[in-house]
Amino acid sequence: MTTPNYATERETTEGRVFTVTGGDWDTVVSGTDPINDERIVVNMGPQHPSTHGVLRLILELEGETVREARSVIGYLHTGIEKNLEYRNWVQGTTFVTRMDYLSPIFNETAYSLAVEKLLGITDEITERANTIRVLMMELNRISSHLVWLATTGMELGAISIMLYGFREREYILDIFEMITGLRMNMAYVRPGGVAQDVPDEAIVKIREFLKMMPKRLKEYEDLLSGQPIWIERTKNVAVLDVTGCVALGVTGPVLRSAGLAWDLRKTMPYCGYETYEFDVPTHPDGDVWGRYLVRLAEIRESLKLVEQALDRLKPGPVMVADRKIAWPAQLAIGVDGMGNSLEHVAKIMGQSMESLIHHFKLVTEGFRVPPGQVYVAVESPRGELGVHAVSDGGTRPYRVHYREPSFVNLQAIPAMAEGGLIADVIAGGASLDPVMGGCDR
Amino acid sequence: MTTPAPSEKPGGGVPAQAPPVGATSGAPAEYPPASTAGRGMFGIQGSGDTSGFGGLVRPRREVEGSPRPYGGYFDEVTDALEEAYPAFADAVEKVVVDRGELTIHVRPERIAEVCQVMRDDLSLRFELCSSVSGADYLGADQRRLHVVYHLTSMTYRHRVRLEAAVSVEDPHLPSVTAIYPTADWQEREAYDMFGVVFDGHPALTRILMPDDWEGHPQRKDYPLGGVPVEYKGAEIPPPDRRRSYQ
Repeated sequence: MTTPNYATERETTEGRVFTVTGGDWDTVVSGTDPINDERIVVNMGPQHPSTHGVLRLILELEGETVREARSVIGYLHTGIEKNLEYRNWVQGTTFVTRMDYLSPIFNETAYSLAVEKLLGITDEITERANTIRVLMMELNRISSHLVWLATTGMELGAISIMLYGFREREYILDIFEMITGLRMNMAYVRPGGVAQDVPDEAIVKIREFLKMMPKRLKEYEDLLSGQPIWIERTKNVAVLDVTGCVALGVTGPVLRSAGLAWDLRKTMPYCGYETYEFDVPTHPDGDVWGRYLVRLAEIRESLKLVEQALDRLKPGPVMVADRKIAWPAQLAIGVDGMGNSLEHVAKIMGQSMESLIHHFKLVTEGFRVPPGQVYVAVESPRGELGVHAVSDGGTRPYRVHYREPSFVNLQAIPAMAEGGLIADVIAGGASLDPVMGGCDR
Repeated sequence: MTTPAPSEKPGGGVPAQAPPVGATSGAPAEYPPASTAGRGMFGIQGSGDTSGFGGLVRPRREVEGSPRPYGGYFDEVTDALEEAYPAFADAVEKVVVDRGELTIHVRPERIAEVCQVMRDDLSLRFELCSSVSGADYLGADQRRLHVVYHLTSMTYRHRVRLEAAVSVEDPHLPSVTAIYPTADWQEREAYDMFGVVFDGHPALTRILMPDDWEGHPQRKDYPLGGVPVEYKGAEIPPPDRRRSYQ
């Protein structure tokens, strides 16, 4: 209380308010009168290193016990859903990929599946395009789970795992860059297929990754699974059983860690997941430890899926045959990034007037989508990622709503945190793996 | 000037001094295409039209109920609901089957009762409320604000969509938070974005927009907004002021 830089106090109508920017906790709490104020309200975030982005938690504490917890979101709201209504259907991919920035491929795939269902071309998606989608989604799932492992480790005091997790994730992002031209926010999966084919070097690199990763996973487990502090901080912490999960709409690894093997890839398959062989890992306890084990096991399952996808990758088109829908796929990676392929530009400018007209119409207007509405859901690394897309028959989405697992799952924070210790709020919140970009959209 | 410019009269042609249509407000992109009930082509509205396409009107058809049999599990679900819910005939406006999805349009005041039956009846068992969202059908429906519920039955692996329409003047319908606690934040989002009021919600406040925000941004008559941006020496107008083709 002596150094004004660390904690200043002021009187408000609600009582005394301290603004803490650092320093010693004891000095801060010594400012309150323990006899009259048994409970203090701590405002954690929206900029706090352990709240996974701009999540704000309002905690009512009695000593170190959390009596009430409320989360406040919306700090990263960017109006993506509104913006989509002002672009054409293909441009939508570029927007949605930026929602949940740790799993862009899932956002794109869910959107593309919705648009394809509206167009009625779900069955025309080529086998190679579907296989590439599965391949990319599973690589993305691994990278997303790695970030979860890295950041959760860091938040619970295991700094080393942070470095390792991000190192391996970087490897996957390199693969993404090779295939799509971008590390993140790739806008690679498009309505009708994918933007371009997978180059051969990328396949070599993925094979190397498949060889390397099981060893690395073993290292993570050596580092964490037997470590007493990690076990203490995760076992029987932030427990949420199946009933609680379903009532609160929590899906994904958190639901599976409570023991229900609900995975949309198995229960309501899409992109041909029903033809792949993989297991749905579960854990009976529903605590942070269970979520850790489930996510590690899911990385292993994803590796199996990536391998199967690589094995069945046969040459063929990666876009539907309909040239109107496929137009944006006539792209190539140049020195300055992805753009129209030079061959295509030469053709429309030099040889074919008709092509030029079509090009102009497709670039300025885009294609039309028959009116109607659909709901399509995929299993993202965080749970059910649903897209409710409405078309009015125009060239732009009439309404696109994302059922974001981060948004829905964050509702579980009071159920997990209240009655527990303040340190377990961090563990519980982190175990939900919220990504605020997706949550706030 | 009191007399309108020739370009503002219908069929008046484009004189040289006419202010550029589409550069100011009233720009074609200001509203998403269908909000003006599918009028015009190439984004032409009012004057500036020498092609005649500005007079083109694309009628928007009402969503019609589907005839039985619906196919798939849809008959099972509707039959089970009809059996378990005595007020079915009164509560359900129409049943639509489109693109392999079942939509049950429910009278808004009945939505909580229907959800209760959908969750609890042994032959329905829609345990999970996947999503609650809104959509604004401005110009297409008198009760323009639609609230859309996506329910999932984990037991039977079924999905169903419930849709309830309310008007802007009376945007009230009962909250389903008592039945599906997961609807809490999603109803707050629908309130925030569309101004739909869910009666009985424990704390219906804004969730994504700031608390003191005015208006409901996802409504179709709410402009996108934006500021002009300079890029390589040129000024790029905000997206809803750009020239656009539709």
